[in-house]
Amino acid sequence: MARATTTSDAFNAVAEPRRRQILDVLAGGERPVNDLVASLGLAQPQVSKHLRVLREVGAVYVRGEGRQRLYRLNGQALKPIHDWVKSYERSWSERFTRLDVVLEELKKEEGDGGDE
Amino acid sequence: MAVTSNGTATVTLPTDEQILITRDFDAPKHLVYKAWTTPELVKRWWNAKRGDVTNAEIDLRVGGRWRYVMVTDDGFEVGFHGEYREIVPNERIVSTEVYEGMPEGEAVNTLTLTEEDGRTTLTVLVQHTSKEHRDAHIDSGMEAGMQDAMDLLEQVASSLR
Repeated sequence: MARATTTSDAFNAVAEPRRRQILDVLAGGERPVNDLVASLGLAQPQVSKHLRVLREVGAVYVRGEGRQRLYRLNGQALKPIHDWVKSYERSWSERFTRLDVVLEELKKEEGDGGDE
Repeated sequence: MAVTSNGTATVTLPTDEQILITRDFDAPKHLVYKAWTTPELVKRWWNAKRGDVTNAEIDLRVGGRWRYVMVTDDGFEVGFHGEYREIVPNERIVSTEVYEGMPEGEAVNTLTLTEEDGRTTLTVLVQHTSKEHRDAHIDSGMEAGMQDAMDLLEQVASSLR
């Protein structure tokens, strides 16, 4: 039950392009807020607002170090989204595996039927 | 047997309304095009592991219609149809696609084939009108993906021996 809630929330959190940008930056490693502000070219309050949403769904972790707040990605929370696309991908992979077989036959037929 | 695919399809979500599917094939593009546009051939691969394609109608001309019907293993019939908008033989097809279970969500699909050294890169860009429709589309694939993809791969692999 808890998982279902987290899943749909994470989906919504990641639906926003700016928040996806933040996640992209954090994919490179832990960053202080200032770095994120610089990377995104947004005002700090906006960045903080997005970070709050991401934190609430568990997509990012925050810790204080001295006067800095450092953010890092929580891959676990994003896994449902990754899996979601992966399953779709798998169903196309299945189709294409079958298509490979058809294509092998077509190549052979063409070979048998004379030079192209 | 030399079925040399590079394995899996790659799916990305370039924007909130799009899905992009990419895959390389060890065959020239005119054969990929033929397999993509010939009803008897479509029936052999389009179902993935989901069931049988019982109907594949292809009226391959601009303004012409297509319709595929699949019966899933548990007896559920699902239909898809659309219209061809642009056709460049062996290279590009733009068509609409409607899943008949959700007729309000019409997508526009662009198939592109590019060949290099006898190999073909296929891309399908699926353009939805909203993120909701795009996401519902992926959900439908997810359910299918849940049905043991590995079984199918094994079957195909052993049939090649």
